[in-house]
Amino acid sequence: MRRFLRPGHDPVRERLKRDLFQFNKTVEHGFPHQPSALGYSPFLRLMAIGTRSGAIKLYGAPGVEFMGLHEENNTVMQIHFIPDQCQLVTLLDDNSLHLWSLKQHGGASELLEEHRFTLKGPPGSPPSATQVTAVLPHSSREVLYLGTESGNIFVVELPSFRVLEDRTITPEAVLQRIPEDNCNRRSCELVEALREHPKNPDQILIGYSRGLIVLWDLQNNKATHHFLGSQQLENLYWQRDGSKFISCHYDGSYTQWPVSNDNRQPEPLENTVPYGPFPCKAISKIYWQTTKNGLPYIIFQGGMPRASYGDRHSISVIHGSQQTAFDFTSRVIDFFIIFSSDPAAEFDDPSALVVLAEEELVVIDLKSAGWPAVHPPYLASLHCSAITCSHHVSNIPLKLWERIISAGSKQNIHYSSMPWPIDGGTNIAPDPPQRDLLLTGHEDGTVRFWDASGVCLHLLYKLSTVRVFLTDADPNDNMNTLGEDEWPPLRKVGTFDPYSDDPRLGIQKIYLCKYSGYLAVAGTAGQVLVMELNDEDAEHVVDHAEADLLQDQEGYRWKGHEKLKTRDGPVRFEAGFQPFVLVQCQPPAVVTSLALHSEWKLVAFGTSHGFGLFDHQQKRLVFVKCTLHPSDQLALEGPLSRVKSLKKSLRQSFRRIRRSRVSSRKRRGGSGNASEVQEVNAKFDQDALQEMELAPVQRKIEARSAEDSFTGFVRTLYFADTFLRDSSRHCPSLWAGTNGGTVYAFCLRVPPAERRMDEPVRAEQAKEIQLMHRAPVVGILVLDGRSTPLPEPLEVAHDLSKSPDMQGSHQLLVVSEEQFKVFTLPKVSSKLKLKLTALEGCRVRKVTVANFGSCKTDDYSENDLAVLTNLGDIQIISLPFLKLQIRYPCIRKEDVSGIASCVFTKYGQGFYLISPSEFERFSLSTKWLVEPRCIVDMPEVTSNNHVHNNSGTENAARKS
Amino acid sequence: EFRRFSLERSKPGKFEEFYGLLQHVHKIPNVDVLVGYTDIHGDLLPINNDDNYHKAVSTANPLLRIFIQRKEDADYSAFGTDTMTRKKNVLSNVLRPDNHKKKPHIVISMPQDFRPVSSIIDVDILPETHRRVRLYKYGTDKPLGFYIRDGSSVRVTPHGLEKVPGIFISRLVPGGLAQSTGLLAVNDEVLEVNGIEVSGKSLDQVTDMMIANSRNLIITVRPANQRNNVVRNSRTSGSSGQSTESSLPSSTPNILGNLLQGEEESDEEDIIIEDSGEPQQIPKAAPTSESVESLSQIELLHESTQNGFLPSSEMNSNHSAGSVSMEYEAPEPERKSLEEDGTIITL
Repeated sequence: MRRFLRPGHDPVRERLKRDLFQFNKTVEHGFPHQPSALGYSPFLRLMAIGTRSGAIKLYGAPGVEFMGLHEENNTVMQIHFIPDQCQLVTLLDDNSLHLWSLKQHGGASELLEEHRFTLKGPPGSPPSATQVTAVLPHSSREVLYLGTESGNIFVVELPSFRVLEDRTITPEAVLQRIPEDNCNRRSCELVEALREHPKNPDQILIGYSRGLIVLWDLQNNKATHHFLGSQQLENLYWQRDGSKFISCHYDGSYTQWPVSNDNRQPEPLENTVPYGPFPCKAISKIYWQTTKNGLPYIIFQGGMPRASYGDRHSISVIHGSQQTAFDFTSRVIDFFIIFSSDPAAEFDDPSALVVLAEEELVVIDLKSAGWPAVHPPYLASLHCSAITCSHHVSNIPLKLWERIISAGSKQNIHYSSMPWPIDGGTNIAPDPPQRDLLLTGHEDGTVRFWDASGVCLHLLYKLSTVRVFLTDADPNDNMNTLGEDEWPPLRKVGTFDPYSDDPRLGIQKIYLCKYSGYLAVAGTAGQVLVMELNDEDAEHVVDHAEADLLQDQEGYRWKGHEKLKTRDGPVRFEAGFQPFVLVQCQPPAVVTSLALHSEWKLVAFGTSHGFGLFDHQQKRLVFVKCTLHPSDQLALEGPLSRVKSLKKSLRQSFRRIRRSRVSSRKRRGGSGNASEVQEVNAKFDQDALQEMELAPVQRKIEARSAEDSFTGFVRTLYFADTFLRDSSRHCPSLWAGTNGGTVYAFCLRVPPAERRMDEPVRAEQAKEIQLMHRAPVVGILVLDGRSTPLPEPLEVAHDLSKSPDMQGSHQLLVVSEEQFKVFTLPKVSSKLKLKLTALEGCRVRKVTVANFGSCKTDDYSENDLAVLTNLGDIQIISLPFLKLQIRYPCIRKEDVSGIASCVFTKYGQGFYLISPSEFERFSLSTKWLVEPRCIVDMPEVTSNNHVHNNSGTENAARKS
Repeated sequence: EFRRFSLERSKPGKFEEFYGLLQHVHKIPNVDVLVGYTDIHGDLLPINNDDNYHKAVSTANPLLRIFIQRKEDADYSAFGTDTMTRKKNVLSNVLRPDNHKKKPHIVISMPQDFRPVSSIIDVDILPETHRRVRLYKYGTDKPLGFYIRDGSSVRVTPHGLEKVPGIFISRLVPGGLAQSTGLLAVNDEVLEVNGIEVSGKSLDQVTDMMIANSRNLIITVRPANQRNNVVRNSRTSGSSGQSTESSLPSSTPNILGNLLQGEEESDEEDIIIEDSGEPQQIPKAAPTSESVESLSQIELLHESTQNGFLPSSEMNSNHSAGSVSMEYEAPEPERKSLEEDGTIITL
């Protein structure tokens, strides 16, 4: 640092830097990690999701997003919107309540925490006395009813959170008018549910855990009706007209109760066990929705037969004779129904079922026949199969964009055409400046194409490479193929399926040429596929070649996984990217680097053994180069595959657990035995921890040597048209950098277009550079005579870039994990360098050239290097003089997977995974900033006519 | 034989010339000799490079006594601090070695005859409780051979004693460079790596820094055992060992420049093989006028390897006289002028 600042503190440059660079974390894409609570406001048409880490996220119309974080970082247990207000209340697992408001500020709305509150009992009372179990925001908007574990219901004033002690509803008061023989003090332990009467705000329904249900008159402070349920209560739901309500129970039954003035202690109308007669699991939440045609929708969570389907996460919808049990691949956190919120409407007329599962959001269209799913515009499950790599392509030409969308729309035909039902708020952010694609490679051999232009990361198209190979799993094996009269009528919904049957299919590297539509994809078992975009379905044979990277090296034995078996004969591919060439590396080690030149029609790939070049026009292997050091036994045997196999066995054991997972019992009232076990476990953990602390961590200090393991590991490949041999003639070249600090340069002879098929592509090694510090080479770049990075292939042909300066002398930039070095070309002499590790102790993890435009003047932009270090810092380093411009802390250094997942865009933005399912988007640029900017207006409200607002999402989270 | 001749004090010239002059004056061309002089403290000190030659000339008042010995039968032990004031007149030893009938000394060559493996440097600017050790990995096959760990140390701060995290040497590999020098020991606290303070850096960061600098590693440590500290001669009070170090950071800025010099020369010889030919070292590109304009870095280059140089532990162990302090004083003004001369602009 010091030596850069000393001479070069130029005020003009400093000012320019302020116009160019700015660090912002702008938006989180994907699905929140570990969601724990769900809320919905029919008034605002906004949905709220709380997480175990204390985050709360609001979603409305696409682009309308808000995020808040509780300071405590505790699990959000319940979320309740205040009726007809831009406010919501959250309950955390530390029993604190928080009031959040959407406030307008500077033309956009913001989510702010206004108050917090923890209910305090009288001195000496047990904590259970004030442990909140049920929350009811009253439609008067003035008070909150808080049901507790002790059976007391406290009333607190809003927004001050002042406890109105005189209005507390005590179990004693409730029990006053109930005959002794039916009830005792214990009947009123733990308030399970609180529901306001849909028509009469002065009446609330109180459900106690042991089955007693009481209708309470707030005006006269007395119970008007008692309903004596025999089963443990789970939840309650009013019918729209208030004449009946429905209760659901622990034994998998639900019961309808009449409410009339003549019978103060009515008998149930109907008691049903929908999946009986064998013992069933609890129904934890139920909706009863009326329709014009008279047949109600009964929608409930759980209730499956314990023995055979007890491990399913289901929500059943019953409408007349139609009945479907939607089967989710992950635990259901909570759900709500979107129905007519007009208070004057006579019927509920439900339109959509919105289910928050642990790993995804599923919305079911209840209006269309067959109840199809709705494709969500946001909250995409990025991790439906684990993300193994990502690749970002900026500024996609419209033509390619449309073709990808059209290919994707053919895949989405089974989705409902219903417009997105959660549409509150207005997106006021400017349109995204360009079309950007984010490609994610997954463990199951798929590549997903995401629209990353704006705030909503949206799936455009999904590509599967599995068809090319023969795998154990039959692709036709579908969990949905259940017979017509199967009982229960399960239907699998959602896309989350983290279990890959063959980890070798995993995608490791992706390269898309946005001009030609060529896509290269490489995977875990050394497979490299080159694909072409085709708008029609097609059946063809995939050309297959093998690249023996060990060549004449002898006596080596690969102990890793086998190569993938290929399918013989033609394969049918759906419209979209269709593979036409498959190259398999031998040994089938994971592909560690990939480059595609769409103009020369060449693809280069590297593994831990070496690299190769393939001509995908003539479908011929041009050459292979073994980079192995003879003593590197580890690389030869493939320890990476051993790691993989450990992962595989882990996966299998998880699968076993998943299969055998017995229904989780209610936590409440847990037996002493269980807590003892927990205690022992905790003690054991502590002991193990202490043991670890006793053995101090130490690090070996040793210079790198040529004999180190994995020096031959190919880290980067780069095509360039530059001066490799002499300064008068430039030629195509391929550059490769290894883990051991070696750079190889090959001179290529690509026949001219007219003879492209007739003459072979030739390659000859021209240079080999050994960096003496032997750090892994992570980036290679050639700068033209104007010191501008060479354009991408076909970029000039499409008039999107100036042609490179071929007059001046070219320079070679080699980025290792420790240093940046510029060499002259064609005669390699070192020109300048920047040391990173020696001075700062950090190493380069990711590096890209990014173009930064000035926010002040439109015509100024410059290319710099965006660098992510192993400490999670981002540095911007100028080109070509390698001066450190600015540094921002971005990712925690402990977050290794976050750092590994980071991908930069060409215009100074970036993405990294903050959880397996979420990308954080950040921007280094003052000019290119994609962040949510939206506004939520208060809809018109007539104060007398309160909206039926029992979206009722309490309890389910706590129970499940 | 005695000779007397004059030199122009302001323009002493180079050591090579002076050496040639001596050979000429004594009519002993082609005879290797050792040249020594007595400084103001009466110490017999060698003249073998430009620096100590200039120093010698500058100390002459007005006479500079120079001793010349034939290299083969030189008595190396004669050199060093306090040599001239020892009980036995060293001069007589030097002049009439046959008088001195004790068991013959083991003959040890001059420092420049050794390949350096390690050195203690910057003794003049560091607190006595600290030791800056340079390990020359370059050219040796020995592994560096040490491990570091996290730990905590007690610092004196304005608010009293404070416990702060630190990095410590946890293990020396037998036969490794670190162990063989004898300059580093287990539980020594690492304070700096190549001039960069390690406080606030994680173990992994310090590991990476050391490995990145492994070809020319300069570690500043606070030795766990403070008894073996270098004792400074007359000019310091000799209270080393007990002296409590107070302001560690203050010493950093002025030494940073010195430290950066060394690395440039030693670790940058990347190798290129052109067209499968012979490996060659990659030359430095001559700075073009264009790039000078855009000059961004001024790097101090090429510190003389002799400067601040100390013989390795082999030398150390042979000098059993515990009281003899081994380092040559690196004279302050000389060093400064050298820095200026050595300031080469590179890119």
